[in-house]
Amino acid sequence: MIATQHYLALSALLFSIGAIGAVVRRNVIIIFMSIELMLNAANLAFVAGSNSLGSMNGQSIVFFVMTVAAAEAAVGLAVILALFRNRQTVAADEISLLKW
Amino acid sequence: MHPAATEATAALPMAVSYLRYIPLAPLVGVLFHVALGYRLGRHAVGLVACAAVATSFALSAQAFLTVAGAPAGTVLTDNVYQWLSSGDFSANVAFSVDALSSVMIMVVTGVGFLIHLYSVGYMGHDEDYARFFAYLNLFTAMMLVLVLGNNLPLMFVGWEGVGLCSYLLIGFWYTDPEKASAGKKAFLVNRIGDAGFILGAFTIFWALTDLGHGSLEFATINARAAELPAWASLAGALLLFVGATGKSAQIPLYVWLPDAMAGPTPVSALIHAATMVTAGIYMVARLHGLFEAAPMALQVVGTIGAATALLAATIGIAQNDIKKVLAYSTVSQLGYMFLALGVGAFGAGIFHLMTHAFFKALLFLGAGSVIHGLHEEQDIRRMGGVARKMPITHATFALGVLAIAGVPGLSGFFSKDEILASAYASGHTWLWGCGVFGASITAFYMTRLYVLTFRGEFRGDHHKWEHAHESPLTMTVPLMVLAALAVVGGYVGVPHVLGGNNGFAAYLAPSVGHHELAVSASTELMLMGVSVAAALAGIGLAWTMYSRGPVADRKLANTLRGLYRQMGQAYNVDAIYDALVVQPLIRASYALWRGVDVQFIDGIANGTATSINTIGAGWRRWSTGNVQHYMLTVLVGVAALVLALSLGALIGVAG
Repeated sequence: MIATQHYLALSALLFSIGAIGAVVRRNVIIIFMSIELMLNAANLAFVAGSNSLGSMNGQSIVFFVMTVAAAEAAVGLAVILALFRNRQTVAADEISLLKW
Repeated sequence: MHPAATEATAALPMAVSYLRYIPLAPLVGVLFHVALGYRLGRHAVGLVACAAVATSFALSAQAFLTVAGAPAGTVLTDNVYQWLSSGDFSANVAFSVDALSSVMIMVVTGVGFLIHLYSVGYMGHDEDYARFFAYLNLFTAMMLVLVLGNNLPLMFVGWEGVGLCSYLLIGFWYTDPEKASAGKKAFLVNRIGDAGFILGAFTIFWALTDLGHGSLEFATINARAAELPAWASLAGALLLFVGATGKSAQIPLYVWLPDAMAGPTPVSALIHAATMVTAGIYMVARLHGLFEAAPMALQVVGTIGAATALLAATIGIAQNDIKKVLAYSTVSQLGYMFLALGVGAFGAGIFHLMTHAFFKALLFLGAGSVIHGLHEEQDIRRMGGVARKMPITHATFALGVLAIAGVPGLSGFFSKDEILASAYASGHTWLWGCGVFGASITAFYMTRLYVLTFRGEFRGDHHKWEHAHESPLTMTVPLMVLAALAVVGGYVGVPHVLGGNNGFAAYLAPSVGHHELAVSASTELMLMGVSVAAALAGIGLAWTMYSRGPVADRKLANTLRGLYRQMGQAYNVDAIYDALVVQPLIRASYALWRGVDVQFIDGIANGTATSINTIGAGWRRWSTGNVQHYMLTVLVGVAALVLALSLGALIGVAG
């Protein structure tokens, strides 16, 4: 039997992979994908919690997260496209104008 | 003669409503000059200025006659409105006229009117006639507020107002830096005295509040002065006297008055001889109850007065500017008035104040007439023989000189003699000695001034001599009126020993009390003889010496040697004050500026800004602009938070 702990462990693993990816990779699209991974890790934790507690709240939040993630993907990809057109690069460390 | 003392009698108030118009009339004149003066021209300004003061004079005369005709102790009061009210304290804008202030308003408006009339001639050609008459009318209004106010705060309004007008008029020709700085000097020196005045008023108010009489009305102060603790009456009286030394040019604050001669000559006559400088004497007499409650303060007043009378008289010997001689003479005569107040002879002080207003205004206006006629010549060494060109000025000036010298029969003789007799009778023999010595010096330098100006041959530029002329009627009429007053003004106070009834002292007695002289008639006659002899000796000596012209100065210089040089330089008091007060103040100000302000205050302000800048400069390295760094920061932060919470939970479980 797969216990709730296993789901949570997987969720934590996915979240960590996403977080490390978001921090260490330079390509903005990869960072973007890593963030999606973190969101879905969170979704997994919600679903697992919902299952173990016998409550629908967690599942309904997942739908919200998926909606937000979809919207984010649309806006984020548009931003990345516009960025590439202007700077001919999608490397995060080369896009650091907004600072002191 | 039996020594008898009449205390100030209880006041009989009588409400009248016209007193407010006495200071208001010149104030309306001020508004007229300011608003319409330059548009309507100099004739209209001169007319309105004189009419305003004439109105005040008429109302003052009515007040004076009412007081003189009513039973002794009558006080006219006009309560206009409540001015200040705070807790138990309240002060009204209320004017009152008793015997003392009725004399003062007559002098201020009467002599003031003559000087306004004279100014129409003297300042007739000045560009800024409207400004001049606006200041002159404002001065009259303020002086009347000072005299009429029935409480210390209202008196202080007038006190500051006349100080302001004095400053404005000394620096009237402000394009000349020397005159402008003379005005500043007068203002600053007076400020020191004014600080004393305020502190004195506070002290009295504080002590009176302790007694349950939180009021600064003169009547309350005088009535309750005896109940005040000794320290309060002494401190209050001395602090107020500091104010008086500033306004009335006594040691140590007299230094501004000789410089004040930079102003137009009518101003010197009105403000710096006849009226404003007597404010200190009036104030001390007004508060006679307070000063009598502090005998030590009276002692100080008399001593300072005698010292000033003597010091200023000696300086007067060695001055060559006609107005400077008169200025030091004014300082000296004010010293006599304080001497009188100091020995408790308040009536005698006010008597001399009045006669001095007549003859000193006359002398100043006469000097102005000479200066005017000789085209701005002020140095008596370059005058001489002016009597032939200006007969009216000469005759009136001569009467003024005789009056101030104390020649029997003229006003100065009666008033000065009463002061000296009171000083002797009250046991202050050495104050009397100073006074007599000062009187002979006064006679000496006034005769020197007269002889060098009007006698002998003209010693100046012959062009000036050819153009010299007698002054117009607007100037000579006031001279003649003042000369008449200088002659007869003393007859209101002829002493008993000369067959008079000393009516002036009796008239003032309800206000300031009156002490009969505690000496026999023969002693009084002997004192009179001594002072007359001293005056005649001074006149005779100066006449014989200076008939040969100013060369006699050299003889005097040889006799007195270093002392004479010191007199010529006014004992270098200005330099001493500069070294003792002004320079240390400037150095202290520099130290405060460079040390405290720049280094400390600015240091705190700038240091705060700089340190925040430095911290920010370090922290801004954190904002690399690279989103991944920000993300890492957030991650580390969240991880630390989670770790802390988990550890807390673990410890909680363990606990």
